[in-house]
Formats: sequence, structure tokens, C-alpha cells
Amino acid sequence: MSDMSNPGLGERRELISFRIGAQEFCVDVMSVREIRGWTAATPLPKSPAYIRGVINLRGAVLPIVDLSGLLGLGQTEPSPRHVIIVARIGMRMVGLLVDAVSDILTVTDDLVQATPDVGCETVKTAVKGILAIDGRMISLIELESVLPELEAEAA
Amino acid sequence: MDPLEAIKVTFFQECEELLADLEAGLLALEEGTGDAETINAVFRAVHSVKGGAGAFALDALVRFAHVFETVLDDMRSGRLAPDPEPVKVMLRAADVLADLVAAAKAGNEDEDVRAPALVKELEALRLGGEAEPEAAPEEEIEGLDFTPVAIDFAPAPPLEPEPAEGRFRIVFRPLRGLYAKANDPLLLLRELERLGACEIACDEAALPALEALDAEESYLGWTVLLSTEQDEAAIREVFEFVDGDCELSIVREDAEPQETSPEPEAGGVDIESLLRSMTAEAAPEVVPEIRPEAQPERAPAAAAPAPKAAAPAAPTAQATIRVDLDRVDRLIDLVGELVINQGMLAQQVAESGLARSSTISVGLDELEQLTREIQDSVMAIRAQPVKSVFQRMPRLVREVAALTGKQARLVTEGEATEVDKTVIERLTDPITHMIRNAIDHGLESPEKRAAAGKSPEGMVRLSAQHRSGRIVIEVSDDGGGINRERVKQIAVDKALIPADAVLSDEEVDNLIFLPGFSTASTVSDVSGRGVGMDVVKRSIQALGGRISIASQPGRGSTFTLSLPLTLAVLDGMVVSSSDQTLVAPLTAIIETLKPRPQEVRRLGPNGLVLAVRDAYVPLIDIGLTLGWRSTPLDPGDGVALLVETELGGRAALLVDGIHGQRQVVIKSLEANYQRVDGIAAATILGDGRVALILDIDAVVAARLRASLPSEPPIHQLAKAS
Repeated sequence: MSDMSNPGLGERRELISFRIGAQEFCVDVMSVREIRGWTAATPLPKSPAYIRGVINLRGAVLPIVDLSGLLGLGQTEPSPRHVIIVARIGMRMVGLLVDAVSDILTVTDDLVQATPDVGCETVKTAVKGILAIDGRMISLIELESVLPELEAEAA
Repeated sequence: MDPLEAIKVTFFQECEELLADLEAGLLALEEGTGDAETINAVFRAVHSVKGGAGAFALDALVRFAHVFETVLDDMRSGRLAPDPEPVKVMLRAADVLADLVAAAKAGNEDEDVRAPALVKELEALRLGGEAEPEAAPEEEIEGLDFTPVAIDFAPAPPLEPEPAEGRFRIVFRPLRGLYAKANDPLLLLRELERLGACEIACDEAALPALEALDAEESYLGWTVLLSTEQDEAAIREVFEFVDGDCELSIVREDAEPQETSPEPEAGGVDIESLLRSMTAEAAPEVVPEIRPEAQPERAPAAAAPAPKAAAPAAPTAQATIRVDLDRVDRLIDLVGELVINQGMLAQQVAESGLARSSTISVGLDELEQLTREIQDSVMAIRAQPVKSVFQRMPRLVREVAALTGKQARLVTEGEATEVDKTVIERLTDPITHMIRNAIDHGLESPEKRAAAGKSPEGMVRLSAQHRSGRIVIEVSDDGGGINRERVKQIAVDKALIPADAVLSDEEVDNLIFLPGFSTASTVSDVSGRGVGMDVVKRSIQALGGRISIASQPGRGSTFTLSLPLTLAVLDGMVVSSSDQTLVAPLTAIIETLKPRPQEVRRLGPNGLVLAVRDAYVPLIDIGLTLGWRSTPLDPGDGVALLVETELGGRAALLVDGIHGQRQVVIKSLEANYQRVDGIAAATILGDGRVALILDIDAVVAARLRASLPSEPPIHQLAKAS
């Protein structure tokens, strides 16, 4: 986990929020490199279903994670309206497939509540915390958990 | 500390080059192709190593280099003939010198165990020559023993200029403009002193009487006799900034001291008399300060002898530059992207229905050509001659021959053949191992050779050449060839093959590539280091290469390596399977064929084999294996790629169709993701989409594990050509 994504309590940070189905999620804006439209990915053999494959990002091979699939919300049927959030995790880049990007939130760390236990392991590892903003519930995604192998590496 | 460390790094880099020059020169002398210049070059190499080592207080290295240099000096001055015997001793001395350099580099200053013995041998050479009683070289050597690099900083001006130094007469006469631009001759003369011992004389002949003196005119000139190891270019560099504002002549003269001595004296006297005849404020220059000023200057200069160590590289700096490899790799990446982008553009233009003759299409063609040229040129930056690997081998041959009691001579060919730096780096170990094997296992003992009517000295040939876009390296020996009976017996003893296996000669030869095979009955110091030819084969395959062997009883064996010229691009066959585009490395593909229904046979519950002429090979459905489809493709609808795997086994890969051959830029999957079983890497095709490069061995192995679990690997091997 980089220092950047984990500033001191009460410090202001910006989050980028996005939608998957009816739920809202967010990631730290500092880890987001760019946002681009959906392009067809080349599927990888023998990979988890939520790994949609790889795309060409200006010469680099970028894996695409279907966040909906990862969070158990069902496989996304990607269309040109879907969005890929290109995020940096450690030394790697990953594309997150989401329905749409909503807005940028400025929050302080003390607004982040602990993730309520809903009896789901995936949610427990993938959601770092919950934010309540204007009556919306927004889940803060733990980026380190989205690539299969990275959990061990980030620890 | 840091700058000094950086200079030290440069020193060791240069040492490598110097040691290579040294060995190359000595080998030329051994073969009798050397001349006086070769001896000079050899001497200079040792001298430069010593000089640099002195600067870093690497005493063991300096001591040994000194003895070595002394003997070389005898040879240079003709007191010792460059006969094979002394040259052989020198070759071994060069090996020890290389070891000492390596030890110093590793920060290990211990005396090499072999050094004292070689010092004795070297000294014996000197005694053998008639050099010893001569006084002159001794004196010069004492001068060297005393901080060799800092000779010019010694408190007393050196009386005996060292032979390797050049002696330059520099006549420097500033023009008026030099002072107008706020230059100071004193600083220039000090700079010269940094290059070496100077004797500076002032020429005040043009100085007018005081009343006629124009304060802004230039009247004085200097004659400097400089002894330096630097060349003329380095001296000119001192005067670089006053170029055009002075009259300058630099003449090299390797002169006798007596010619120089009167002049400085005269100069000294003249300056003093000049002083007396001048009032201080009228003097345009503070000439007399030169000498007194120069003295305190020496201390800081001596404390930083660093420029001396780096100096020998200066003359070559015009021809080559050292570039950080990362920068080159970044450039290669960018060019790779350019190629991809250009391909995408071309495809889009083609799809837009523009006429081939339109200016856009024509312009794109030109762009394509340029892009290709840029790619080739950039790849050429990484390409290096295999010489750097080859030149390590003579030493290896000497050492292995000595250890095994055999006589061996190495012949190398095609050292200038260029290949990617990464390939070169990873070639050293396999070649080293193969040469060791060639001497240890290949060559017979001198007695046996004589009995067989051969020259007692065995020959190991190492050659490199370009052949159809690949580099082919051959290691051959004129030894006894592979003892097939013994090889087979060992394979049976080690349960690698069944005792009743019937194998062709070629198959027997290929047994030595099996893991766990080693023909040496005892683990010898030379070849038996726990790795065998299987490791060699694996490392060659990791580079995308192949290894093959040809052996004739009594005539010797030849190992042939065929490698790609670069690891950045790959020649691939673009195929499709279940709507996915894949690239299969061309090197693994033997042929492609359209399976006819009668050639496909069922074996076991769901295994398929394909009859290729008389052999049956497993038929592997790529789409099924990679999990892209659940129902097998009808073999009649697809195309089969007959491939050869690492173990030499064959298989046929069934794909939907073939879309041609293409050179593709290799992109790592691991960079942002992780290794995927069955996939070697990725690439980007002309449409901008990612295509996966098949890992043929993994695909075949995965399929074989699933369907033919009982088949031991040797059967695949036996099936190989």
C-alpha cells in the first residue's frame, strides 16, 4: 500500500466514484491514471471469470478486471457505454471495467466507516470502507485485492 | 566517496577492455601474427591497468602488473624475443591479472595464490633474457613503483620520463584577444601540469622596453615540455577555449632529456632577470608565479588522481559512447509502439477503401519503410559482436586442458557476428559448458590421439555466423565422437530408457540432453558441476533457440546452436482458434498440414493422434486446451501445425486457420498481470488488439499430462527426427 493512498486521519483526499448496477463505489483519485471507453479485450485462458482479458494501452498489455464479476454482482456484458478506469496498483497497471463514472468526491479519512459485515468474504477483502455522502452509500475499493496474485505481494 | 566510486566503476569497465586487448594481443603473438605494435599494445594494456590500480591503491594488482609490465618492456625493447614459450607464460599471467582485477573489483584484495608462482616465472623470463643488469629500466621502474599514476605529482620533477609517456613540445603564444576575453595563461599552464610533468620556459623576446609597453598587448610566449601519457588531443583540449586567440603548436618529440634541460634553465634565469628589469605593475602577466603557484597546486591534484584513471578511454570517446541500457530499451519499446501504431494506421486506411495510389496510401508505404528502418537501426544498438563471449574461451581452454592433461587448441571464427546483448549475456554459460565438455569428454588424451594417428593436440572450433535471420553457433571438436555404446548403457543404468529400447544413432546422441544424464563416471572438477547438457539445452531454449548434435566416431562431435538475433521481436505464425487470434513461434513449427479424416485416429478415451507420414503424433486442439471452446473442432475443418517441443517430442496443434507469418514485438504479460499457463507472452497486432503468443511446450505438456499420463518422455524423444 503506498503512502499516497493512506494519508493521515482527517487529511483531505479525493476519490473518484463510479457505478456498477445500482451500487456506488470509489477509488482514490491518485491511483487513477486515465479513464477510457470499453474496447474489446483478448480473453486469457485459465483465468478467473472476472478477468475479462487484456487490452492494448499504448503498447502496454493491460489486464481488465470486471469489478461487477469480482464483487459477485454478476458478469458485465460490456458495451461501448461501459468505462475502463486505468489504475496503478504498486508497479502494475490494471483496467477496472465499470458501468459509469459519477463524480469526484473530496472527503476526509474520518468519514470512512468500517465495512459492515455482510457475511461475504469477497466484500470483506475488496471493500476497504464505506462512505455516507448526501444519503448515498459509496464503497471504497481496496485496489490491492482486484488482481488475483497481488494480495500476497502487497502484504 | 561517491565520485571516486563512480570512477572506480569506470576503471573496472576499462580493465575489462584492456584485459581483452591484452589477451587478443598475446594470442596474436602466440600465433606469430603480431608485430611491434602488438607488443606495444599489450604493454600499454598492462601499464594502464597498473596505473589505474595504483590510483585506487590496489596493491596486489599493482605489484603483479608491475612485474608483468617489466617483462613486457623487455620484449618491447627487443631484449626478449616474442617466442611461443614466454608468450605462453604471459598468457597465464594475463589470466592471473584478470583474476586479480576481478578480485579487486569484488573488494577482495588478497593475493592470488597463483600470482607468486607466475611472478617467479615472469622473472625467470627476464633472467633468461639478458635484461637484468641494465640500470636504465631499473631506475624507471623505481619511478613507477613510487605511485605509478601520480608520477607527475611527485615532489621532485621526474628525471627519467617513463617510456610509455609521450613527450610534447608545446609552443604557446597568446594573442591580444586572449587577455581581452579574460583568459589567463597561468590557468592553462596549470592545466598542462595536470596532464604530466611540465618544464615551462617563458619567451620574453618580444617584450619591449617599459616605456614602449602597451598594457593590453600580449608579448609573452611559453614553451612547455610536457611528459604525459595523454595524447595530443588531450593537450589540445586544454587550449580549447583559447582556440584562435593564441598561436599554438604541439609537437610530439620523444626526446632525450639533455635537449630539454638547458631551456627551462634559461627560461628560469630569464624570468628572474626579466623580473629584475621590470616593475611589477607593468608586467602584463604574473609569469613568475607559475612555478611557486604550481607547488601547492600539486597536493589537491594528487588527492584526485581520478582523471588519470579514466584517461585511457578518452581517445576512443569520439567513436563510441556509453549509454545506459535502460535508455536503449526505452527507445526499443517506443519503436515497438511506433511499429504497432503504423500497422494500425495502415490497416485503417486499407479498410477505409482508399485507392492504393492515393497520396495517403503512398505516404503510408513510405512511413512503413521508415519505421522498419528505424526498428532495425534501434535493434542494431543492442546488437554486439559475440567476441565478448568468444574471447573468454581461450583461457577456459588453457585451464581445462591443463586440468585434464590434454592438449587443446581453440580456433574461433566469426567473432564479429552480432547478436542482441541479452542473448550474448545468456550465451556465455552454455558455450562455456559445451567447450568444457568438448575438451573433457570429446578430446582424447595425447597418447590415444597419437595411437589413432591424429596430432596430439586436439582442436576445438568455436564459430558464429548469421544464417537466415538467426545466429548459428557451432562448437566442434576433432575428438573421438560420442561413445554411443557407453551413452546408451548409462541411460539404461539410470533408468532413462528401457534396456531393450531400439534407438537410432541420432537418438542415442540426443540422450545426452536428458535431465540427469552425465557421462562422467566421477564428478570431475571440469565438467561435472551438477549440470549437464540438459541445462545447456534448456538455457538455449529459453532464448528461443535450438541445439542439435552431430557426431562421427573417431572424427569428433559438433554441437550446433541456432538462436534468434533478438528477444524483443519474434517470427510468428498468426493463427486463429475459436475466434481468437494467436501467434505461434515459427521456430517451433516444423510444418503445417491439413489433416485428412483418415489420418486422424482415436487413442484412448479422448485422445487423438495424427498420422504424419509414418509417425503418429498427438493432435492437440488449441481452443479446447486453452478453454476457449468446450466441443472439439472437427480435425477436417482445421489446420494442424506440426511442432517440436523442448524435449524433442512432436505434436500437432489443431487451429481453425492460418493468417500468415509476421514479425511481432514481444510484450510481457507479467508486467501488469501474471504468468498464464500455455501463454508465453503477448503482442499487439495490426488492428491494435492484443494477441497471445503460444507457449508451445506448455500447451503440449498440459495436453499430454491430461491425455497421455503414462507415456514417459523418452518415447517422445525417440520419436524425434
